[in-house]
Amino acid sequence: MQYKAIVIGVSAGGMNALGQIIPRLPADFPLPVIVVQHISPQSDNYMIRHFNNISKIRVKEADEKEKIKPGTVYFAPPNYHLMVENDFTFSLSVEERVNFSRPSIDVLFDTAVEAYWGSLIGIILTGANNDGSNGLKRIKECGGFTIVQNPDNSEVSAMPEAALKLVKVDKILDVDKIAGFLMKLVATDK
Amino acid sequence: MKEELEIIRENENIEIELFLNAIFLKFGYDFRNYGKAHIKRRIKHRQSVSGFDNISEMIHKMLYDPLFYQEILQDLSITVTEMFRDPDFYKSIRTEVVPLLKTYPFIKIWHAGCATGEEVYSMAILLKEEGLLKRSQIYATDFNQLALQRARNGIYPIERIKEFTFNYQKSGGKASFSDYYNARYESVILNESLKENIVFADHNLVTDGVFGEMNMIICRNVMIYFDKDLQNKVIKLFYESLVPGGFLCLGSKESLRFAESAPRFDTTYEKEKIYRKKFAE
Repeated sequence: MQYKAIVIGVSAGGMNALGQIIPRLPADFPLPVIVVQHISPQSDNYMIRHFNNISKIRVKEADEKEKIKPGTVYFAPPNYHLMVENDFTFSLSVEERVNFSRPSIDVLFDTAVEAYWGSLIGIILTGANNDGSNGLKRIKECGGFTIVQNPDNSEVSAMPEAALKLVKVDKILDVDKIAGFLMKLVATDK
Repeated sequence: MKEELEIIRENENIEIELFLNAIFLKFGYDFRNYGKAHIKRRIKHRQSVSGFDNISEMIHKMLYDPLFYQEILQDLSITVTEMFRDPDFYKSIRTEVVPLLKTYPFIKIWHAGCATGEEVYSMAILLKEEGLLKRSQIYATDFNQLALQRARNGIYPIERIKEFTFNYQKSGGKASFSDYYNARYESVILNESLKENIVFADHNLVTDGVFGEMNMIICRNVMIYFDKDLQNKVIKLFYESLVPGGFLCLGSKESLRFAESAPRFDTTYEKEKIYRKKFAE
């Protein structure tokens, strides 16, 4: 299989956008999906419980040193950067904010590229800052597949626009088309 | 371009191994068992901030320029913390652990990897309010001398007080947080009385050993930077440093679940990341 993992970066408007993607994925989706959603440091895991309840695919918070498995959506814990190690496990960091964010999308994307290289799919969704643009650029340069939510279809368009300005992406999609596209992309890719 | 990047990645991973070996051979600090993603990010960050063409150049600079080495050491040591960080944790200490600590005539507490000291003073305040500070000895250790000196000073930027006060109140603090500091210009200075029972000392978790029998060890968001082998080694060190029934406190996203020593700890308060060394095996 050409692709081994999907990383998603999303900020303001994420609840609705992810609600159009995660519940549409089947329980046996063949890739892990790793999400950085910008979120308040004090927030509980309401979002994870919510998506786990309404989705067929397993949804959980990424645990430190956990082995990354297909058929699972992982969320970065609030107030920690989430990183992927070369042995496909997670690690966490409390170092300074990056792009005013912790978790930062760039930190996830940069480390995921190191591990997955060209077999990574990167997605930038709705949001109000430019976190993730550099990471998406790196995914593209290393041969991965890049998707950005159509800015006109985004609750907040700044983050998709920033990504599009920096990266010649492979696909621009309305949010309700993303899950279907991903399933086709990984199904045709055997 | 893709192939070129792949060669760079391969070479950089080799250079990072050499870089960490150079630090170990020259200075004795051992980062070889730190998580690679974290280490690579920090080294690449220094490379871009200081404008080096490659990591090999940085190795040379580090070996010949002690000041540059000090910068590297700061890069590799994460000191981001706050007072009463994760207020619920301190609340659990008050309700679950303090009643048991009160049964001891004298209490030894070790803050391992204390960084700039915010959490050490948080514990001192908590113990003071619970009437335990006078019979406590707190050992606050770190390998980072610069951070340790800041911890010793107990002086923090005034703009952080709002956050500290919020945390303190949420943690079940019994007084007014402003009782514990004096504001001067842009800084707050914590009360000297909080320091009376704290010893700040240089200790490296990776290379140093047991130095006392503790009733409680606090090591939060330190081992997240270690690989599994090093985590196991340090948890064993903590096990050996605790009295039977002693407490080990980890960060809110850490766990003993994957650790070799896990069966030797009681997990009654696992949710709060408080583990207790079993009395007998």
